[in-house]
Amino acid sequence: MDLEEAKEFKERCTQCEAVSWGLTDEGKYYCTSCHNVTERSKEVINTDVIPNTQIKTLNRGLKRKNNSEKGWDWYVCEGFQYILYQQAEALKNLGVGPELKNDVLHNLWKRYLQKSKQAYCKNPVYTTRRKPTVLEDNLSHSDWASEPELLSDVNSPFLESGMESQSDVHTRKSFRISKASQSETSVCSGSLDGVEYSQRKEKGIVKMTMPQTLAFCYLSLLWQREAITLSDLLRFVEEDHIPYKNAFQHFPEQMKLYGRDRGIFGTESRPSYDDIYKKTIEVATFLDLPRFPYITEDCYLHPNILCMKYLMEVNLPDEMHSLTCHVVKMTGMGEVDFLTFDPIAKMAKTVKYDVQAVAIIVVVLKLLFLLDDNLEWSLSNLAEKHNEKNKKDKPWFDFRKWYQIMKKAFDEKKQNWEEARAKYLWKSEKPLYYSYVDKPVAYKKREMVVNLQKQFSTLVGSTPTAGKKSPSSFQFNWTEEDTERTCFHGHSLQGVLKEKGQPLLTKNSLYWLSTQKFCRCYCTHVTTYEESNYSLSYQFILNLFSFLLRIKTSLLHEEVSLVEKELFKKKYSVTKKKSKSKKVRRY
Amino acid sequence: MSDFSEELKGPVTDDEQVETSVLSGAGMHFPWLQTCIETVAIGGKRKKAFAQTTSACLSFIEEALLKHQWQQAAEYMYSYFQTLEDSDTYKRQAAPEIIWKLGSEILFYHPKSNVETFNTFADRMKNIGIMNYLKISLQHALYLLHHGMLEDAKRNLSEAETWRHGEKTSSREILINLIQAYKGLLQYYTWSKKKRELSELDKDDYAYSAVAQDVFNHSWKTSVNISALIKIPGVWDPFVKSYVEMLEFYGDRDGAQEVLTNYAYDEKFPSNPNAHIYLYNFLKRQKAPRSKLISVLKILYQIVPSHKLMLEFHTLLRKSEKEEHHKLGLEVLFGVLDFAGCTKNITAWKYLAKYLKKTLMGNHLVWVQEEWNSRKNWWPSFHFSYFWAKSDWKEDTALACEKAFVAGLLLGKGCRYFRYILKQDHQILGKKIKRMKRSVKKYSIVNPRL
Repeated sequence: MDLEEAKEFKERCTQCEAVSWGLTDEGKYYCTSCHNVTERSKEVINTDVIPNTQIKTLNRGLKRKNNSEKGWDWYVCEGFQYILYQQAEALKNLGVGPELKNDVLHNLWKRYLQKSKQAYCKNPVYTTRRKPTVLEDNLSHSDWASEPELLSDVNSPFLESGMESQSDVHTRKSFRISKASQSETSVCSGSLDGVEYSQRKEKGIVKMTMPQTLAFCYLSLLWQREAITLSDLLRFVEEDHIPYKNAFQHFPEQMKLYGRDRGIFGTESRPSYDDIYKKTIEVATFLDLPRFPYITEDCYLHPNILCMKYLMEVNLPDEMHSLTCHVVKMTGMGEVDFLTFDPIAKMAKTVKYDVQAVAIIVVVLKLLFLLDDNLEWSLSNLAEKHNEKNKKDKPWFDFRKWYQIMKKAFDEKKQNWEEARAKYLWKSEKPLYYSYVDKPVAYKKREMVVNLQKQFSTLVGSTPTAGKKSPSSFQFNWTEEDTERTCFHGHSLQGVLKEKGQPLLTKNSLYWLSTQKFCRCYCTHVTTYEESNYSLSYQFILNLFSFLLRIKTSLLHEEVSLVEKELFKKKYSVTKKKSKSKKVRRY
Repeated sequence: MSDFSEELKGPVTDDEQVETSVLSGAGMHFPWLQTCIETVAIGGKRKKAFAQTTSACLSFIEEALLKHQWQQAAEYMYSYFQTLEDSDTYKRQAAPEIIWKLGSEILFYHPKSNVETFNTFADRMKNIGIMNYLKISLQHALYLLHHGMLEDAKRNLSEAETWRHGEKTSSREILINLIQAYKGLLQYYTWSKKKRELSELDKDDYAYSAVAQDVFNHSWKTSVNISALIKIPGVWDPFVKSYVEMLEFYGDRDGAQEVLTNYAYDEKFPSNPNAHIYLYNFLKRQKAPRSKLISVLKILYQIVPSHKLMLEFHTLLRKSEKEEHHKLGLEVLFGVLDFAGCTKNITAWKYLAKYLKKTLMGNHLVWVQEEWNSRKNWWPSFHFSYFWAKSDWKEDTALACEKAFVAGLLLGKGCRYFRYILKQDHQILGKKIKRMKRSVKKYSIVNPRL
């Protein structure tokens, strides 16, 4: 290179103290031993005009900061780290304990970097073609080089000051040395390894994607046994309480994104429950995580507590809770071993806590009312008559009345939700573009859209969507004071239960199974849900609950079938035990 | 046995029922097939949430427009603008036109919108996706015209006319012609205003020559602007009309006639009754020979047999010397009265009554029967019912008389309409009715004379 010309520069390098300078194609001095680039330059040549060639040459002479147009050198995993940091912050703001961010997520992420060989290991993927001497040099004075034990590194401050500290202190150091291996990759991405990253297909390595960030969040919530279920998490994402869509737009100004980064960080889809659930297991298995903390009866995720929550949410009588508890007990779904997530187990699977709890409620409703479009209405007639006669007593639960009120509330909610979805704005303030050539076009488009929106915002009603909804785990609110919408929490189930001595015996003695046959094979598909084959009440209840959880109805139907499978299997084997256990509880 | 197990016994029998019903009711269901088909339909890619949002948004806008909920529509438009940034190239390119159409519709009706907002919007949209520049310019101009802002509209059209970008395509050329023609039409408007001023001025007035000069200048510009457009096949009624008016004003009769003949007879042009009407009116003004007029109206008769000019056509035919024209004259009258809109046209009935009598007197019973055969099934209830007799008499006795005469001639004196009118005792019409009765007896086609 231009080593000859650089000889006149005699200062010591600020990083390695060597005096061995070369000239970059841009005319700046760089240290040939540690690749540090100074701000001093031999001559000033403005090469802004041809960005692509400039980037190519810049890569030969490594620099921390090129110029304002190019931005910082950064790696894809740093981007994800930044997003995870923001998501953790958002979770903290939602009331999750700070340990989640500082300990759990931090350690999960470190473990991920290590497992995927991006950092915290002897041969990170980026450093394969790099001079080994430099690596050792760097490793010798880094405190993180020793393999970290999972979740033991309590004292390390995680991302306290965001991008700067974390990336500089931890990961960036390990990457900087590896930058020599970057050849022409930056041509089509803002990040250094964007192109390589999107092409990398290594077996056995879970690549980071945007949905994966949510899997990380959920895993750490699960580890902390926080009172946020997966469906809650996804709903908060949907309502923009947790950064996900266009999370990159909060990157520091100097972290430029374009080209391949667009595919990596851009989001044009909503995360689905199924998908994130699968990814959670995938990540947990990949990270080789140990057994998670036990889910005991006092945990929010325990079906007894979740059932209570969902009973309140959908305005069903509190008395139903004893029935759900009973079903939980009979099916063994409340047992610690069943509930606790153990990724190392042979068939790693975690319970869909929220879906399961809701399925239990559906089963209980079926036990009480059969939901065959017939019995529930005749029981409602009885309840109505009784309530008319005895106005002072605790009213009997009237399914018809409940249905009418819920149907109205549900339809309204759903309508609003659909409208909000149709109005959802996907594009970020920082447009993503493929290359520098597209940049002005992308920015111009953005500007036009903003201008048009500004114009039309004057035509919108006086109260345009009054800000963001504040996050809540409840979507419906039922209070005794509301006269318009009856609250059924205090209603009694007397009308549908047999009275004498055996309080948990329902008047209805029939039952129908949601699924007749289960697949014998190991496929995950249990049954297909064909709406028209089921009673209207059952359809309504499934629709209501799956809307609450933002899941597909078929998923809930499947879970209901699974609960039934457990419930009725047990019945044949341990009949006697059950009859005893049942009498213990009374109303 | 436990209580619970007892209740659970039920399902065993119940299950079987459900199962059979499921099997029989469900038929063949392949839920995965549907998604497969959907995936194939959109080119193997899953529809992204972004696309779902925008298409849902679009249908909400359409619904709001349909219900005239301009405010809601504007709210959805706010979000719909993001389609301009769609990563799908095809959709992104189609977006500006959709946005323009929806947006201009909203701005046209929205109570908070005004000309200024509309102008800003139009100017913005013109420059997004330049493909629509001309179309939007034209519609913008029409909007301004609608609001009476002639000068602005003219300026707008001039701007669009001089706009050049990329290659010239044929569709764009037509648009440019259209824009120029609209400009011409505006010029015609000023011209005809000036012309009116001129006609109010005295020739000796000092302003006369200035205005006259003005009038002349305008005409020249307009002819250039319009003539290009009307050579392209299409329906250009207002342009043709104003162009011809100006040509006529300056005495270029041959030019005007050429334009009109071309407009009416060129086969490339879509069939257009107005073209023939313009030509006929022009020829009438020029005092063209009868045969020429008849040939023009003959074509109009084939396109619009119920046109009010048909009565004029009938008169022309009646006056003609040729016998075939006389026969056609009868056909034309019957043709006019086939249409519900003409049933109360007293002139048509009068002509028919007179002409029927004349034809029958002239021993052309065959002609009448020819026409009547296809109508005898439905004309009696269509024209000559008892109900019509009553209401016609009440509304217009003269009409009722003419109709009664026709009814008598065609259906005989036993016809209810005829009998009803005959029964009415009317002092003034008494004589006429008597005469009518005699004629019917003599000429009615029902009882051929002995």
